[in-house]
Amino acid sequence: MEATVDYMKAAEADNLLATELRLGLPGTSNDDHKATPPCTPRGKKRTAFDAAEDAAVEEVTNKHDDVEAAPPVAKAQVVGWPPVRSYRKSCFQQQQAKQISKPTSNNKEEAAAAPAPASNAATPSFVKVSMDGAPYLRKVDLRMYKGYRELREALEAMFVSSNNGGAANLSEFAVTYEDKDGDLMLVGDVPFEMFAGTCKKLRIMKRSEATGLGSPRQI
Amino acid sequence: MTYFPEEVVEHIFSFLPSHSDRNTVSLVCKVWYEIERLSRRSVFVGNCYAVRPEQVVRRFPNVRALTVKGKPHFADFNLVPPDWGGYAGPWIEAAARSCVGLEELRMKRMVVSDESLELLARSFPRFKALVLISCEGFSTEGLADIASHCNVNLNLNCFGACLVDSRTLPQLRHLRELDLQENDVEDRGPRWLSSFPDSCTSLVSLNFACIKGEVDSASLERLVAKSPNLRSLRLNRAVSVDTLSKILLRTPNLEDLGTGNLTEEFQTESYLRLTNALEKCKMLRSLSGFWDASPACVPFIYPLCHQLTGLNLSYTPTLEYSDLTKMISRCVKLQRLWVLDCISDKGLQVVASSCKDLQELRVFPSDFYVAGYSAVTEEGLVAISSGCRKLTSLLYFCHQMTNEALLTIAKNCPNFIRFRLCILEPRKPDATTNQPLDEGFGAIVRECKGLRRLSISGLLTDKVFMYIGKYAKQLEMLSIAFAGDSDEGMMHIMNGCKNLRKLEIRDSPFGDGALLGNVAKYETMRSLWMSSCNVTLKGCEILASKMPMLNVEIMNELDGSCEMEENSVDPSRVEKLYVYRTTAGARDDAPNFVKIL
Repeated sequence: MEATVDYMKAAEADNLLATELRLGLPGTSNDDHKATPPCTPRGKKRTAFDAAEDAAVEEVTNKHDDVEAAPPVAKAQVVGWPPVRSYRKSCFQQQQAKQISKPTSNNKEEAAAAPAPASNAATPSFVKVSMDGAPYLRKVDLRMYKGYRELREALEAMFVSSNNGGAANLSEFAVTYEDKDGDLMLVGDVPFEMFAGTCKKLRIMKRSEATGLGSPRQI
Repeated sequence: MTYFPEEVVEHIFSFLPSHSDRNTVSLVCKVWYEIERLSRRSVFVGNCYAVRPEQVVRRFPNVRALTVKGKPHFADFNLVPPDWGGYAGPWIEAAARSCVGLEELRMKRMVVSDESLELLARSFPRFKALVLISCEGFSTEGLADIASHCNVNLNLNCFGACLVDSRTLPQLRHLRELDLQENDVEDRGPRWLSSFPDSCTSLVSLNFACIKGEVDSASLERLVAKSPNLRSLRLNRAVSVDTLSKILLRTPNLEDLGTGNLTEEFQTESYLRLTNALEKCKMLRSLSGFWDASPACVPFIYPLCHQLTGLNLSYTPTLEYSDLTKMISRCVKLQRLWVLDCISDKGLQVVASSCKDLQELRVFPSDFYVAGYSAVTEEGLVAISSGCRKLTSLLYFCHQMTNEALLTIAKNCPNFIRFRLCILEPRKPDATTNQPLDEGFGAIVRECKGLRRLSISGLLTDKVFMYIGKYAKQLEMLSIAFAGDSDEGMMHIMNGCKNLRKLEIRDSPFGDGALLGNVAKYETMRSLWMSSCNVTLKGCEILASKMPMLNVEIMNELDGSCEMEENSVDPSRVEKLYVYRTTAGARDDAPNFVKIL
């Protein structure tokens, strides 16, 4: 691993692609936009560790992009910096995924009083997520995602990254949800906003059990 | 002294508390060497590759407590590639052959396999304490072996990233202490708690805060009920407020508590019960956990605050400045405080005015993104320093600092032993003057004459190293990142810091000149780490040839070629360098991305 300081330009800050969370291995297209600085001119070789760690960093970034008013001028990613232990980072990933709605960084400078709600003013919409074989459920806030792909990545991060020894991604599973009529539906058929408005509960089931739900247009 | 019987000399030696003192007396003469080594009960090996395990156990056959440390410190931040080394196996095997009286084993940043744990369990009939800090490589099976074979009181502390399956943790019969801290635990269900045998009544400390899964409340309550000696209990996120209340009614002697989750979805009655239960714990001094704590639940902790000496709120981003300060302002006896930067400068002012006995403060970032927002600045630290004059230990993540602030801090708190300042953005200058922070850190090392550990950050030139070399005479460990201009910087350290044991550097422009400028120094140090600096293969080769008692390890990237370029003309830069003194020669367990020159 090497310490790579990557600066995303202001223009790219507007480009969500640059801040997208990916769980891919090195050599995927996500690496291309990162520049290497003069002090370490040896080119950029990344390990799976780096990708995972930067993914964690990017996830935090992603959330803050949503709440900050002004676009960030220069953002840097450095391996192993700030010097914080992996355990602490992973705890926070869990907490982020649990979607505590109040941003921790935004309203600090303002008057002490009561905590203020998120500046993007979306009321959170927490739904339970269960996965076959997982011992406990999680909750996600559907308002935090812009589309099915982000939702899927978040679910992967929650359920398949470290806990489940078998699956590497959600392709062996079908993601279903219970709508407000109580019916079990396959995720992905309707526009995301419509889905987010009617989804009461998510369930990730093994594909083998998902027979009868028709040809899935997977998320 | 040679006319005294050996037993008398041995007795005199027993009053020597420190390892270095005992090492010193063993050098006086052969007789003393023999007496000392046979009576040594506790051995500390700071670098597992500095000496062969067989040598240690041969010299100290009667050792009772062995401590071994493995990977370099920067491994905590993923700078050391996986599979680098630090295997516990050879140590446990050697001890199993020669030191059957072993009672305690402590390991930090080592790789411990299940086979090693099984061997450990079988080999030492009096084994009492296993402490694993930031270790990895083992699972439940290994712990089950410890459990089933170790009949005596067992302390089991696991800190850091180790793979521990919650299912088999406990069949720990006479367990005194099971402390799993900061582990990446692979959860296989909640049944582990109920596996504690009924005969296990000796539990003193139970910490499973890092276990992610559900926990069977009934089992937990039963376990606590039969553990009258319980002093320390740290729960995980899955434990509800109600369970916590029930447990606390059974633990009147509890001194240290890590709560379960304190979320928004609560019933007031639950929290009233909690307050009642907490009030019964008169001995409670230290509090942590607060998983997912909602601000509304915090007031229920208030009755406890006046007696607390330790408080860890650093895993709770859900509490904001006002919640934190309302709690902390009641903690007038606080000595140790860990918080997140959401506390903000204003919150730190409240800490400063309320916690006059504060000795240790850690302020962690809630945003790990390098140039991210942080609500704490130099002002918070200045406030702390003027209110908390007893401060000796500091870890402070912030997004800006000034020289003036550091000067003030140094004057206010000259008793710092550990001073670690991390400005989140690398190379950031003084926020008001745009100057390097040399003068500020210079003041710290000048005023704090007892400083033993220092981490620096921000924009720093060679000058700061001149100050450190000149003034930091007690310094033992120095961490440098993104600092300095030239080899001169590192040379100041190598020539000036007489007590330096560990030097770790990343992303700083020090090259072969600095590496080779004082090679004799490395013999007096435990280790040197340099990554993303300017040292070259040639320089490392020269160092290795000049100093045969050092291992000079070079690490390559994992992907791409595994072999270093053998072209000696090519001054290819070395990405990661780890140098340490050793009597063991080159280690034979190095992976192929590590080259030992």
